[in-house]
Amino acid sequence: MTLAEILASLFPEGHGVEVVDGLIGGDGPFGAGRLAVVGIDGNTPLGIEGACILAGRVLDVVRRGGETPILVAVDSDSQRMSRRDELLGLNEYLAHLAKALLLADARGHPTIGLVYGHTAAGAFIATALATRVLAALPGAHPSVMDLASVARVTKLPLDRLEEMATSTSVFAPGLDNMVKAGAVHAVLDPTAPLGPQIESLIAGSSTTDGRDALGAVRGGRLMARDIAGRVVRAATGDAAPRD
Amino acid sequence: MAMSPVSLSADPLDQSWYEASARARLDALVDPGTFEEFLGPEQRVMSPHLPAFDLPRAFDDGIVVGRGRFDGSLVLLAAQEGRFMGGAFGEIHGAKLVGLLRAALQVKPAAVLILFDTGGVRLQEANAGETAIAEIMRAIADLRRAGVPVIGLIGGRAGCYGGGGLIAGTCSRLVVSEGGRISVSGPEVIETNRGAEEFDSRDRALVWRTMGGKHRRLIGGADAFADDTIRAFRDVAREQIGKAPAFDLATLEAEQARLEARLDRFGDARDATEIWGRLGVNDPAAVPGLDTDRFDALLARLPEAPHDAR
Repeated sequence: MTLAEILASLFPEGHGVEVVDGLIGGDGPFGAGRLAVVGIDGNTPLGIEGACILAGRVLDVVRRGGETPILVAVDSDSQRMSRRDELLGLNEYLAHLAKALLLADARGHPTIGLVYGHTAAGAFIATALATRVLAALPGAHPSVMDLASVARVTKLPLDRLEEMATSTSVFAPGLDNMVKAGAVHAVLDPTAPLGPQIESLIAGSSTTDGRDALGAVRGGRLMARDIAGRVVRAATGDAAPRD
Repeated sequence: MAMSPVSLSADPLDQSWYEASARARLDALVDPGTFEEFLGPEQRVMSPHLPAFDLPRAFDDGIVVGRGRFDGSLVLLAAQEGRFMGGAFGEIHGAKLVGLLRAALQVKPAAVLILFDTGGVRLQEANAGETAIAEIMRAIADLRRAGVPVIGLIGGRAGCYGGGGLIAGTCSRLVVSEGGRISVSGPEVIETNRGAEEFDSRDRALVWRTMGGKHRRLIGGADAFADDTIRAFRDVAREQIGKAPAFDLATLEAEQARLEARLDRFGDARDATEIWGRLGVNDPAAVPGLDTDRFDALLARLPEAPHDAR
């Protein structure tokens, strides 16, 4: 689905969501209130200016109060890879955007990610992965790094990686693999109206992070939940070191 | 870099942070004899994924997590081992840090200290590593809202790259040394994607002044600068625990203002030295050679203190 189709499905009565330089912002009527929309369109890389603008929009929603949910719609490239972005502290800008989303969620604005195209690496972490519940549309292609780049870094032949990717999901790009890892909670049905699907996702969501449990059940991250649980038990089971 | 290659002292606190292993950093950082590891190497919790790539595994998957006393107070700590797989986040590695942060929400230690030494996501287990980074950032936000300071210490050989840079930006306070580099895309990644004209990764001076500890401290990307010894990191971390900002709208609005102001003031700068000059540094070319005392004196003389809302 294109962003225009998504917005038309979400807001049949119309909306005020616009895209400028690949950055999405605005809102529309949703249930008894509004749904704020921020995000990245058109496979745009996320750099320092974009992250700053998006974070500002999220903080605007928090400042206005209420319980307006925030949809983070994403069809992005990876983080913008440049000397200038790193010189000016891209890590701070991306972290700031993620923190704004995490704060909004904690302050009663449920955050919902919606990946409808590509997204990768730092841009993925700062946007869609910083939401409470992450949905995707069929055809979406989230990844950490494409297989050709993985081949270059790991110095393994691409055809061997492609073959390995058919039997293990943990390193291979793509929506199915991110669903198995528990990173993506649900894949939406593009033939049905999106509004009710998003509403039901919010209603069923929790501020407790259950992604590692999903990864265990779905078979894409079999050990993470168990390991985190063992560390928690070791840290809380005993008395603290004696005074 | 101004660091002595060999320490003649037998005191573990005088070890070079850059050279020390993750365990050596932790052992010396906490009150003597108080470090207690969770899920230590004797339990042999190893990556299930690396054998498929014919890669060796580590009994701790490249991260040490545990608790100890710091000035007598309970702290939880994690230290990445940059010499194993570049300290990268795999499934086990990430889950150990997630578990530590979740435990901290129950235990309420005086602080959580994260000793970063990482190239980012481990590509052989990319989806698990990437998702763990998101879980870690959410857990840090939860902890900070509960009033537990999360302090990042950065001075290891692998630096703090990729998703590690985003986690660092989520911490309450960051301590960095000259050798600590903080960035998202590393020099090699930028060069591979954009060419050597954009970033010559072999130009060490360029790497250090673009991503290194002094530059990060000068522009407000880190809150304190430490000498390359475990003692210096300990002393500076101690000061920073008490300065941890709240995780609330006021802090993030202040950070928004500081990051917007940085774009306005320095968005057209070509090089770090240009930024340092505009900050009021009289002799930017001399900055890389300054020792910690002279660098701190320079910071104190600047017309404005680096902003530190994060």
